[in-house]
Amino acid sequence: MTRVVVDPITRIEGHLRIEAVVENGVITDAFSSGTMVRGLEKILMGRDPRDAWAITERVCGVCTTVHALTSVRAVEDALGIVIPPTAELIRDIMMTTQYVQDHVIHFYHLHALDWVDIVNALKADPKKAAELAQSFSKWDKNTPAYFSEVQDKIKAFAASGLGIFANGYWGHPAYKLPPEVNLIGVAHYLDALAWQKDICKIHTVFGGKNPHPNYLVGGVPCSINVNEVAAINSDRLNLVSQLISQADEFINQVYIPDLLAVASFYKDWANYGGGLHNYLSYGEFPTKGYGQPESFRYARGAVLNRDLSTVHPVNARGPQEIKEYISSSWYTYSGGDNEGLQPWVGETNIKYTGPKPPFETLAGYEKYSFLKTPRWQEQAMEVGPLARLVVSYAAGRTDVQELVKDTLGKLNVPVAALFSTLGRTAARGLDAALAMIWLKEYFGELMDRVKINEVSTFNGELWEPKTWPKDAEGVGLTEAPRGSLAHYIKIHDGAIENYQLVVPTTWNGSPRDAKGQRSSFEQALIGTPVAKIDEPVEILRTIHSFDPCLACAVHLYDPQGKHLHQVSFE
Amino acid sequence: MGNSIWQSMEKKGYSRRDFLQFCAAAATAAGFAQSGVAQVVSAFEKKEKPAVIWMHFQECTCCSESFIRASHPIVLDVLLNVLDLNYTETLMAASGFQAEKSLNDTIANNKGKYIVLVEGAVPRHDDGVYCMIGGKTAESILQTVAADAAAVVAWGSCASNGCVQAAKPNPTGATPIYKLVDKPVINVPGCPPIADVMMGVVTHLLVLGQVPALDSQGRPKEFYGRRVHDTCYRRPYYDAGLFVESFDDDGARKGYCLYKMGCKGPVTYNACSVIKWNDGVSYPIQSGHGCIGCSEAGFWDNGPFYHHLPSFPGFGVESTADTVGTVVGVATLAGVAAHAVVTNIRKRKVIAEVHAEDQKES
Repeated sequence: MTRVVVDPITRIEGHLRIEAVVENGVITDAFSSGTMVRGLEKILMGRDPRDAWAITERVCGVCTTVHALTSVRAVEDALGIVIPPTAELIRDIMMTTQYVQDHVIHFYHLHALDWVDIVNALKADPKKAAELAQSFSKWDKNTPAYFSEVQDKIKAFAASGLGIFANGYWGHPAYKLPPEVNLIGVAHYLDALAWQKDICKIHTVFGGKNPHPNYLVGGVPCSINVNEVAAINSDRLNLVSQLISQADEFINQVYIPDLLAVASFYKDWANYGGGLHNYLSYGEFPTKGYGQPESFRYARGAVLNRDLSTVHPVNARGPQEIKEYISSSWYTYSGGDNEGLQPWVGETNIKYTGPKPPFETLAGYEKYSFLKTPRWQEQAMEVGPLARLVVSYAAGRTDVQELVKDTLGKLNVPVAALFSTLGRTAARGLDAALAMIWLKEYFGELMDRVKINEVSTFNGELWEPKTWPKDAEGVGLTEAPRGSLAHYIKIHDGAIENYQLVVPTTWNGSPRDAKGQRSSFEQALIGTPVAKIDEPVEILRTIHSFDPCLACAVHLYDPQGKHLHQVSFE
Repeated sequence: MGNSIWQSMEKKGYSRRDFLQFCAAAATAAGFAQSGVAQVVSAFEKKEKPAVIWMHFQECTCCSESFIRASHPIVLDVLLNVLDLNYTETLMAASGFQAEKSLNDTIANNKGKYIVLVEGAVPRHDDGVYCMIGGKTAESILQTVAADAAAVVAWGSCASNGCVQAAKPNPTGATPIYKLVDKPVINVPGCPPIADVMMGVVTHLLVLGQVPALDSQGRPKEFYGRRVHDTCYRRPYYDAGLFVESFDDDGARKGYCLYKMGCKGPVTYNACSVIKWNDGVSYPIQSGHGCIGCSEAGFWDNGPFYHHLPSFPGFGVESTADTVGTVVGVATLAGVAAHAVVTNIRKRKVIAEVHAEDQKES
C-alpha cells in the first residue's frame, strides 16, 4: 500500500492537493484537499448589495462572469426586480459565450495533456495527420504543410527545454494515441490558444473587458442605440455576429471532432472514474425570463442512483435541502462539528488543525481541507456538464437526448459509458455544442428585438436603496460551466447582512461529510488504475475531468452578528 | 537553452522579416516609438531567452487568463519563443513532484538570471496556513523563488496591493509582494491588468534588461502615468456637463459621461482608455459602466461603486477630501469636483499637477 501525494495539481484554477492510497496498482481510497482560503464572504458583509457582483466575480477569473451573474440574480430575487427581456438576452449571450470559451480552454489547455503525448507527436507523419484530420473535420487549416509547420515548432521547442511542457509524463504507457492524433491535438492546442482570445470579445462588447466584464443589478450596463457611435450599434452587433460564426466553426470543426477522435482511443476510460451515482442541476438558460425555471433549456432537478426514470424536484430555498458540513474541514460550528447547516443559518469559524507547514502528508488528520462539504437532502451529488445532461436527459429534453444518443452511437458505447471519466469529458463537449446552438439563437432573438426597437436594458425602479424593504433575502442560481452555483444574500437596511456561496467545486471536491460519505473527486478516484506511482497521470485524468476550480470552492463567511472565529482579524 | 531570441526564432522557422515584425510589435507594446525598433532588434539578438517562473498564491487566475488574451500578431508565440516559462501552475504539463522539480531546476540553473512573475497576494496570518502549495506556505515559497531572481513582477492588484482578499477586514492577512521581498518589485495592478500592458512590461524587461521607469507606487509610468479620465473619449461630455443620470437613460444611449454613476476614472491611473481591452475592442466606460478603479490600491474600500466621488455639483472639496479615501489626493479632488463652468481653470490645474508629480518622481 502506497500513499501517493499530488500537490500542486496543475492545469486547474487554484490550489488542490490529492492524496491517494494505491494497492496493487489500483486506487482504494482518496483525499481531496483545498489548501487556500481568502475569506471573500466575510469581506462582503456590510457592503452595498449592488456592488456584490464585482466582489464575487473576483472569486474566479477562469469562470469569470458566472459569479457576477449569480450575484445580480440573487439581489434581484431578494428585491423583486424583473429585468427587461433584452437585458436577459444579453446576459444569456454572455453566459453561453462563457460556456463555449471555458470548455474549449479546459479541453485543450487544462485536460488534453493527460491524453495527448506532445513528445510522441514528433514521430507523426504530417501528411497522414492531415489525411486523418480531413476524414473527420472540414477545418481548412488541416493540411500537410500546417501539421509539418507545427511539428517543426515543437521540435525546436523540445530542443530548447520544453518550457511549460517540461517534466510531463511523456512516454507513459497510459498514453495510447497514435503519433498523428497526438500531432493533431498539439496543433489544435495552439490554435485554441489563438482562438480563445477572440471569442472573449463578445464579453468586451457588452461588458467592457474580459476577464471580469461588468454586470449590473436591474439589467446590463450597456445601452443599445443603432444611431449612435458610443453605444451597442450595428458595428458592435456585426462584430458579435462574426465572433459567433468563428466560434461555431471552431466548436463543430475542431473541438468536437478532436474530442471524439481522442475518446475513440480511450474507451477503457468509460470504465473508470464514475464516482457518485447522484446528479444535481439547478437548470439554466431562460427562454421566458429567469423567473420561470420550468422554461429553462437545461432542466432543474436531481437524479438519484443513476435512475433516469425520475427527476426529483430541487428547491434551493428549502430548509432541509442544501446543507453544508464541516466535519472534515478546517472550521468549527458552535453546535458541534457533525451537524449540517442550511446556508441561511450557516456559520463559519475558521480553525486550521492540519500539520504545521512544511509537511509531507495529511494522513491521520480528521480534518484536511478548507472546502466545506455541501449535501442535498443528505446526499453527496455530482455537479457539472455531465450532471446537467443527465438531469435534462431524464427530464425528457429532446435536444439533449438526441445529442447524447448521437454521440454514444458515434463512439459505439452504451449509455452507461456516460458515468465515467471519459463520459464526463465527452459531456463537457456536448455541453459546449448545445451552448453554441443556444448562443446563435439568443443572438438571433436579440437582433429581432433591436429591429423593433425593443432595446431597454435596465429596470431602475428599485435602483435606489431607499425603495428597498428594511429586510430582504434572495437566492441566485446558475449552472456555471463547472456546475451548480448558488449565492444566498440577506439584505438589512440597504447593506449586505449575510452572503454565502455554494459553488460547483465545493460539491465535487469537498472532503468527507459527517457520515463519512465521500464527495465526487474522492469517490471517482477509487478503482482507477495507476501504472506508475511516481507518474500518476491517471489521477490527473479523473480529477481534470471535473474541471476543478479551487478559488471558487473555498468558503469563509460569518453568521449575522456572530464572531466566533479563532483567528485574529486585522 | 542559452539561445538569443533571434536564434531561437530562427530555429523555429521564422524568417528575418517575421522577427523584425515581432520586434516592431514588441516595441509598440512596450511603448517605444517606431524609432526604437532598431534598439529592440539589437537587444533581442543579444539576449538569451530568460527563464521565467510564474507563481500563483491568493488569486483568481484572472491575470493568467488576461495574459493569454494578448493580441499582437506573434505574441501568442511568446510562450514558445520568447520566454522559457518553466513553471506556471495554470498551464504546465507536470504536476506534483515533477512540477516542483521544474521549479527547483529553474532556480538552480539560472541563479540571478531568472524572472519571477507573481500572481496573487500572500496571507500572513496564522503562520501562513491560508495558502499552501506542496505542503509549504506561500510566503516560504515566495522567499525561496525571489532570493535569486533578477527581477520580480507583481501581476495584477492581488500581488501589487492585496486586492479583494485584502479588502476590509482582510481575514487572512493578505499582503502584497513588495512588502515581503527585499528587492524592487514592478507593480502591474489591475483586476486583471490589460493583456497588452502585461506583454508590454515583459518585453520592456527583455529589451532593456532593467526595470522600466516606475512611479511612486512602483507602477510602470508608460502604462500608469495618466488617469483613465484624462484620455477618456467621453471626457468632452464631462467638460460640457452632460452626464448619464440613470443607466440606459437618454444620456446613456448617447454615450454621455458616467461620472455621476460612480465612475472612478478621474482617480484611476491606468491605460484602459488608450490601449483598451481585448485587442482594443472596448473598455468599461465605452460599454456603459463606470470605471471601478481596479488598478488603485484599496479600491474595494473606496466607497460603493455607484456613488460619485465628491458631492456634485459644487466646490465642497475641503469637506469631502478626508472621507473619500487615502488614494485620492486633495489636488486630484480639486480637479474632479470642479463643475464644467470652471473647466478651463481646472484643466490648467490638472496639467500643473501632472507636471508637479512628474518632477517629484523623477
